[in-house]
Amino acid sequence: MEKRFDVAIVGGGAVGCAIARELSRSALSVALLEKENDVARGTSGKNSAVVHAGFNNPPASLAARLCVEGCAGFAAACRELGVPYRRTGKLVTALGAEDIPLLERLLAQGRASGVPDLALWTREQVRAREPHIQAAAALWSGSTGITNPLLYTIALAENALANGAEIFLNFPVEAILRTGDGFILRSGRRALRADWIVNAAGLYADRVAALAGDDGYRIYPCRGEYLILDKPAAALLRAPVYPAPRPGVGGLGVHLTPTIDGNVLVGPSAEYISSRSDTGTTATVMARLWQEALLLLPALAGCAVIAAYAGLRSKIVPAGAQNFGDFIVEHSRRTPGLLNLIGIESPGLTASLPLARLVLRLLGEKIPLPRKAAFQPERRSAVPFRALEPEERQAAAAGDPALREIVCRCETVTRREILTALDNPLGVRSLTGVRARSRAMTGRCQGGYCQQRIVAILRDEYGVRPEDMRWQGTESWLFTGAVK
Amino acid sequence: MKKGALVRPDVAIIRPDVAIIGAGPAGLAAAAGARAAGAERVLVLEREERPGGILNQCIHDGFGLVRFGETLTGPEYAGRFLRAARESGAEILTRTMVLGLTPERRLQALGPRGYMTIEAGAVILATGCRERTRGAVRIPGSRPAGIFTAGVAQYYLNRQNIMVGRRALILGSGDVGLIMARRLTLEGGQVPVVVEKLPYPGGLARNIAQCLDDYNIPLRLSHTVTRIEGEQRVERAAVARLDAEGREIPGTEQVYDCDTIILSVGLIPENELALKAGVHLSSVTGGPLVDDAWQTNIPGIFACGNSLHVHDLVDYASAEAENAARAAVAFSRAGGAGEPGLPVRPGAGVRYVLPFSVRVGTRPLLSLRVSEPTGRRRLVARAGGRTLAERVFPRLAPAEMVRLELREAVPPGAKALEVLVTDA
Repeated sequence: MEKRFDVAIVGGGAVGCAIARELSRSALSVALLEKENDVARGTSGKNSAVVHAGFNNPPASLAARLCVEGCAGFAAACRELGVPYRRTGKLVTALGAEDIPLLERLLAQGRASGVPDLALWTREQVRAREPHIQAAAALWSGSTGITNPLLYTIALAENALANGAEIFLNFPVEAILRTGDGFILRSGRRALRADWIVNAAGLYADRVAALAGDDGYRIYPCRGEYLILDKPAAALLRAPVYPAPRPGVGGLGVHLTPTIDGNVLVGPSAEYISSRSDTGTTATVMARLWQEALLLLPALAGCAVIAAYAGLRSKIVPAGAQNFGDFIVEHSRRTPGLLNLIGIESPGLTASLPLARLVLRLLGEKIPLPRKAAFQPERRSAVPFRALEPEERQAAAAGDPALREIVCRCETVTRREILTALDNPLGVRSLTGVRARSRAMTGRCQGGYCQQRIVAILRDEYGVRPEDMRWQGTESWLFTGAVK
Repeated sequence: MKKGALVRPDVAIIRPDVAIIGAGPAGLAAAAGARAAGAERVLVLEREERPGGILNQCIHDGFGLVRFGETLTGPEYAGRFLRAARESGAEILTRTMVLGLTPERRLQALGPRGYMTIEAGAVILATGCRERTRGAVRIPGSRPAGIFTAGVAQYYLNRQNIMVGRRALILGSGDVGLIMARRLTLEGGQVPVVVEKLPYPGGLARNIAQCLDDYNIPLRLSHTVTRIEGEQRVERAAVARLDAEGREIPGTEQVYDCDTIILSVGLIPENELALKAGVHLSSVTGGPLVDDAWQTNIPGIFACGNSLHVHDLVDYASAEAENAARAAVAFSRAGGAGEPGLPVRPGAGVRYVLPFSVRVGTRPLLSLRVSEPTGRRRLVARAGGRTLAERVFPRLAPAEMVRLELREAVPPGAKALEVLVTDA
């Protein structure tokens, strides 16, 4: 007999993990099902990593409301979860006078939604704040921030796990059967039962709904490519800088975003594609991103690109549509027991905890959600060695031999941090899992120095044979075995 | 000097005359050189467990022909310098990473003995180079497992005994990529093609012959990888022909089945520490702008080896390190930034020349690379209206570093030293 849960959440992105975490406040039994070998492998890990203020969406939309709420609570959530966060503010810039009405529209929209700390800035005010940025004027948003969405999602999942939720990785839901009082969810030869399904499957949310008998949705994937710049670029800007949003563009336009880890992102593009998994990059877009970045910040010309990536937005409006696609969070009209979250694209990361609380309210209309006295909202995490002052480094190294060895030279990651990453509560042993948790392999040499050292740790200390090591998912083998 | 004399538990700040960062071929040669030049306390800081640097994974031969007149493997070549450094009395700290360097030559390092502070009379940067990555050359496509830089693949095969794949396409004809084409073939792997975006190879002619031609591995010049495919592991790579401006020629794309892509697309001098100390770098070499004493713009900080500029022959890196060591020892005794020199300018046909400045009255050995392959040509060095050196070469190639000795010293009144390629 399959294991039974009160609620099964499909999708281990920021939203699914936030729902698991919030549901773990209740006495309900919760399962989180993720098709990949780790959480945050989809859109949640491939975006701008910005905590949005909420002025980009129409007032009174669900997206605007939840974004404003999420932004207001993000710093506290990150403190609770041990996740890095910084309030940077943000500039939406007008290249010329013709863009200024666009800024005024955003300002009015933001004020109507209750976004705090918005102002129109002159050229001089922009220059005082961001001396390298070229702009005729700008909208300043003081409440915008940045975070690490991988660590944020991982922290939510780990906190859910610590509070009793069960997490099933490598569990792509392939079939959903209705039973008398609930569902059976199947993945290969594995299966579990659940009374309720919360569909937070992102790009696949329409398909998961259809598996459960509700074919009323359609997702249109829209790809966004990014470039990652080496750290010297971060000296050129303090806050994310966006162009004024031109109508009809499928995103917020190519922008420059400092990351919480000290790099700068350029992107994203917006390109509707048919595939839901093609996060490949293209020569034309990479070239265009670079050109547009130089328009916003000419001083970037001397900076080095260290990597490129792409993520897919799960849009509910097709290419060319002018109408706004709001977040959809609702009980399925066709399948009782199914609760759908559809079209959760930007600002889904910012809104993830408010979305989770909304899901709890909707569930609470149908079933009791008794509070669990033992819920522990806090997750402890060590301060990274690279963030310590010299005296703190000295004291830390004196007490722990694993803090006396730097494994990743670009990001100054110690052996202790690699071991901690490999001992993660979700049991993820892939190299991308180590990368997400420790930042090893993310620097300018992209693992040229540390990857083989992490492989040695996996082999020598964890007994993993080289042929069993994985880059990301189960098919992503790294080695064929020993040299003959 | 007794072993362990410098670094002791009762010493809060370690004070060597010369601190050398990196125990590769340059750092080891600098260590023995500094001792030979009379430095009392010489400290080498090495992040790896074993000194030798990149040579430890270069198990092929061909090292030492210039220096020793015989052909050695990488570990053999490094072994000779390691012995010399140890016998000289230099102290080598392994598994120790330097994390900080100030213009006052104060270093922070982390190793088995904990977090250390070092104040050095002079510092020699011998930090080597790193490989250019996929991101730096912006290869489009998916991001699956199976994409390795050549040096990383070499480390897996030669030092960890791990095989990286069955069928590897190699992008870039740098020396490490050529060596890996042969190595993978010898280990039972297949190499369908080596692809090079330039119209001429990036590596030494002897490596083209011995690593590709001898194994019937085709080299396709003026081609590049235009797309990597495969969601979890590399499955295919598309390769297209480039025109004279380096643009893809439509309709020339050809798809290769492969499970591995090896990148040999260039080496970049490793200078993160140098930047922390305020050292100015050349935009051409990526290494410090050194004068004829191998001193950077920061007094007392010297550079040599691949962190100064990428070498094709290790023998020259060792010789350069010995020169830097002599100058560093002199600085540790007398101090002084040295009088400013006149600029050295690459002229027609020359990509770069080291050193970047020379003082009047000196006769530094010039190291340079030409901009493009040529047949028989003459290299000329001129200053103050005088020809200081000229030499005819049967052929010249960017892959092969050229050394040029001045037959007379830089004359007084000269404004610059220029090196150029002329007709033979």
